Amino acid sequence: MAKIELNGLAHSYMPHIQEPQDFALKELNHVWEDGGAYALLGPSGCGKTTLLNIISGLLKPTHGEILFDGEAVTNKATEGRNIAQVFQFPVVYDTMTVYDNLAFPLRNRGVGASEVDGRVREIAELLEMSDSLKRKASGLTADAKQKISLGRGLVRADVSAILFDEPLTVIDPHLKWQLRSQLKHLHKRFNYTMVYVTHDQTEALTFADKVVVMYDGAVVQMGTPEELFERPKHTFVGYFIGSPGMNVVPCHIDGKQAMVAGHAFAMEQGLSNIPAGASLEVGIRPEFLSLTREGSGPTVSIQKVEDLGRFKVASVRLEDHEFKVMVNEEDDVPTDGARLVVDPTHVNLYANSHLVEEA
Amino acid sequence: MNKWSDNRAWWLVLPVVLIVAFSAVIPLMTVVNYAFQDTFGNNEFYWAGIEWFQEVLRSDRFHGALGRQFLFSFIILSIEIPLGIAIALAMPKKGLWVPFCLILMALPLLIPWNVVGTIWQIFGRIDIGLLGATLDGLGIEYNYTQNALDAWVTLIVMDVWHWTSLVVLLCYAGLQSIPDAYYQAARIDGASKWATFRFIQLPKMNRVLLIAVLLRFMDSFMIYTEPFVVTGGGPGNATTFLSIDLVQMAIGQFDLGPAAAMSLVYFLIILLFSWVFFTVMSYLDRAES
Repeated sequence: MAKIELNGLAHSYMPHIQEPQDFALKELNHVWEDGGAYALLGPSGCGKTTLLNIISGLLKPTHGEILFDGEAVTNKATEGRNIAQVFQFPVVYDTMTVYDNLAFPLRNRGVGASEVDGRVREIAELLEMSDSLKRKASGLTADAKQKISLGRGLVRADVSAILFDEPLTVIDPHLKWQLRSQLKHLHKRFNYTMVYVTHDQTEALTFADKVVVMYDGAVVQMGTPEELFERPKHTFVGYFIGSPGMNVVPCHIDGKQAMVAGHAFAMEQGLSNIPAGASLEVGIRPEFLSLTREGSGPTVSIQKVEDLGRFKVASVRLEDHEFKVMVNEEDDVPTDGARLVVDPTHVNLYANSHLVEEA
Repeated sequence: MNKWSDNRAWWLVLPVVLIVAFSAVIPLMTVVNYAFQDTFGNNEFYWAGIEWFQEVLRSDRFHGALGRQFLFSFIILSIEIPLGIAIALAMPKKGLWVPFCLILMALPLLIPWNVVGTIWQIFGRIDIGLLGATLDGLGIEYNYTQNALDAWVTLIVMDVWHWTSLVVLLCYAGLQSIPDAYYQAARIDGASKWATFRFIQLPKMNRVLLIAVLLRFMDSFMIYTEPFVVTGGGPGNATTFLSIDLVQMAIGQFDLGPAAAMSLVYFLIILLFSWVFFTVMSYLDRAES
């Protein structure tokens, strides 16, 4: 296992770089702790696979360096980096049995037969595949094949990190959950450093200790699932995480309040450090908004109510701005004269899409 | 829904039935007719039973032609298949050179058979051919019109020149269909080049290889035009393969009965071998999954 350091890492696929937009991956500096489970989350084309390929050694970064446990590996080829990777589509050696598949990485490295046998059986036990060791790998289901891919990484006792590139894409929904908890279990037991690329927020939030949210080639926030939910550092994180995403509406500041279309939203944070001339927005999650008939909140008109089972999502209109409001299943949505109530502790202020934080 | 009880739609099949009958069924049945009958001219035929078949199957001439035919197919398959795989592996996977290589590979396949034959017939001549004259100039004795071995080598090299491309293109298509992830996984697993070939590339190519072997076997087993143009079956009958022999018998000697019997035997051999190939290889394919 290893600590992974990314120092000033940036990558462009273009031979002649002219502007910042030419970078598929913009400069980033991160330290990923030994034994941590990290998820790289972001939409397609945000640079997460580029970053993964740089870590695995399939790509050489344009700038910067990458260190495993303090040792620079930037110029090392994949085979010298001691990493394991599980790909989006199951990669197994079709003509081999499950046993031979698992033994393959060890045999290639010249490990003795008895040690190979011991390791293979141990890993098969761990993955609950001991019964199918003698079977041909090609006839197995997609989830079993993914387990073999993972197993080929695990048999090597000394892997620095295990990389996952959207490994559950082709797995049936009910098995996804099973495999994910098996992964978590393996992580807890052996403390592998794991990096997991996905565009599915549920996967990222349930798998990882730390989620790295990427957008347009840059890391916009790295944090625990709670941090991403409560204090999104970028409006993109607000939209992308949570279902439905955060409400983000333009505002201006008047004293200790954010004014939205002439109505005041009380705030408790992020007022002292506003950059001059920035365009301002407030961000409030639907979970922290509610609707009542009483009180002094601004009156809104109900556009539509969607029943999502455990809760309802009401779309309401305040002048030109639309808000989503989460309503408990058993509560009624007032049809007219509804007033919007805002939880002031969960109102975030954004200047040019970035969170305004206390100095 | 009720089924239509109107059968008039069958008339729509009539044109196809007529065309197939005219172009395939009737000619084939004519051959079958000849195979079981004898004639002394005047369009009078007598029932001959299996006499022609017995004659053909017992004749040394047929055995010789059949043996040469198998040897020829065996040699060109054992050269063209490995060579085709090797060239496909060496071809670039992407970039500007890809279309160039593909066109270069496709060129021999676009040349008509008799032109290929003519090219090599002249190429190999010691008086005016580049190859023949060069070998002669180097002091190497080479004369495909008089030396049986030289004739064989010429025909084999010509066939390899003409048809290896087909194997290359099929294998290349098979290789291109392997996702990058397989190569990445192989690198991560520390696989050698040979192991990558043995466990990734070869298994992924086995379907196209089945097609390549079948096509090349059938084509080489029926080869006619090129040896006819280059050697005319000689020297002696050293390069008289089945089809050349058949044409000599049918058109040269006008022995329609034995020629018809031989055609049917020839046809059945190709059918049998293709079937065996296909069954064995698809069995191997299934055993893997």
